Amino acid sequence: MKTKNFWAALATPMMIATLLLAGTPSVTANDQLSAAPAAVKIDNFSFGPQTVTVPVGATVTWTNADDIPHTAVSTEGVFKSKVMDTDEKFSYTFTKAGTYAYYCTIHPKMTGQIVVQ
Amino acid sequence: MQDKKQDFIDQKLQDLNNDGVDRRGFLKCMAWAGTGLVWTMSGGIPVSQAFAKSADHAGKRGDFSFVQISDSHIGFNKPANPDVTATLQTAIDKINAMPHKPDFIIHTGDLSQLSKPSEFDTLDQVLKGASAKQIFFVPGEHDMLTDNGEEYLQRYGKGTKGTGWSSFDHKGVHFVGLVNVANLKAGGMGSLGHEQLEWLEDDLKGRSASTPIVLFAHIPLWTIYPDWGWGTDDSEQALSYVKRFGSVTVLNGHIHQIMQKIEGKVSFHTAMSTAFPQPAPGTAPSAGPMKVPAEQLQKVLGITDVNYVRGQHSLAVVDSTLG
Ligand SMILES: [Cu+2]
Repeated sequence: MKTKNFWAALATPMMIATLLLAGTPSVTANDQLSAAPAAVKIDNFSFGPQTVTVPVGATVTWTNADDIPHTAVSTEGVFKSKVMDTDEKFSYTFTKAGTYAYYCTIHPKMTGQIVVQ
Repeated sequence: MQDKKQDFIDQKLQDLNNDGVDRRGFLKCMAWAGTGLVWTMSGGIPVSQAFAKSADHAGKRGDFSFVQISDSHIGFNKPANPDVTATLQTAIDKINAMPHKPDFIIHTGDLSQLSKPSEFDTLDQVLKGASAKQIFFVPGEHDMLTDNGEEYLQRYGKGTKGTGWSSFDHKGVHFVGLVNVANLKAGGMGSLGHEQLEWLEDDLKGRSASTPIVLFAHIPLWTIYPDWGWGTDDSEQALSYVKRFGSVTVLNGHIHQIMQKIEGKVSFHTAMSTAFPQPAPGTAPSAGPMKVPAEQLQKVLGITDVNYVRGQHSLAVVDSTLG
């Protein structure tokens, strides 16, 4: 459901962008998309949204809103945050397409993924 | 989300105010019994029992006793408890005032909030005031946050193996401190790991089945609530090694509340925190520090007194709150 709403919300601005940019190379549109940073909020011992889809080159920022420290660590060792205490952040820029599973090494029940396309 | 948590806390406190019996906790206990597990304690109930038991014990002293403290989270300063050093101090004062002096103290982890040297320094300062001079530790996940627990191991892991596990004997009882907070796998709960399990099997091998065994570790060695990671993935393996013993007591922390289960000859028990309470399983959107009004805080924090009487089937575990 969450993913559906996300795409529905995205559809309209994307169509406008395409219309405005008609005639200019589509690369520009892509660049504009990648410039938009994505955010993951850590709240109530979970990553929200659990799946985030971003274009190649996007920066994802995690923010810890809990009263307990957490981490965001790639299961494949691609990225590894420091320990984030309350309100602390971690950012990572994804330069390659793929699906990146990650978890909190302190509370491993907490898992999420970043889909880069 | 937050309101649900608050509703539960209000209800819990109201019950505590009325007669000290936590009905919500009691109902919870009944409900869980229905799923095939036997839960004998939950929430506020054991507190009133503890007083009766203590009075009972006053006359006939056991062979020895020790005290378990847990989850002091030194460095935590959020609204759930802005002064965790003070509440730890209260716990130590309470231990020092006991009529029967415990032989030693066991701390079942989460000594610190963020594994900082300054937090460990503060902890040491408070623990120095304990009349029981010997303190045994196992780490909680909060103590292993940096350098794979290097700071913790240097200070509290002398003579231990691996990530901090060890065993010792005291007056005929065999104690084993286990570590289930290191090298945790994505999607899993607590984990002991292959190397530690092998060591445990070896450590128990050749001991007489009549030796009372005490296992202690931070995360419960029995599955309390998997959704919140309140369990240890490979604890079954560890428990299979103690099956042949006549008396096994398993002491854990991590969940900041009392839970008890008896399965054959194995008694499982979790202790209160000295820092802040956490919600009962499934009663809030997630685990985490639970804020209660300041004047109620000491009613949900506490210590655990464990008495050993030779020849008795199991060790007597008595919880008492700080206030
Ligand atoms: Cu976490």
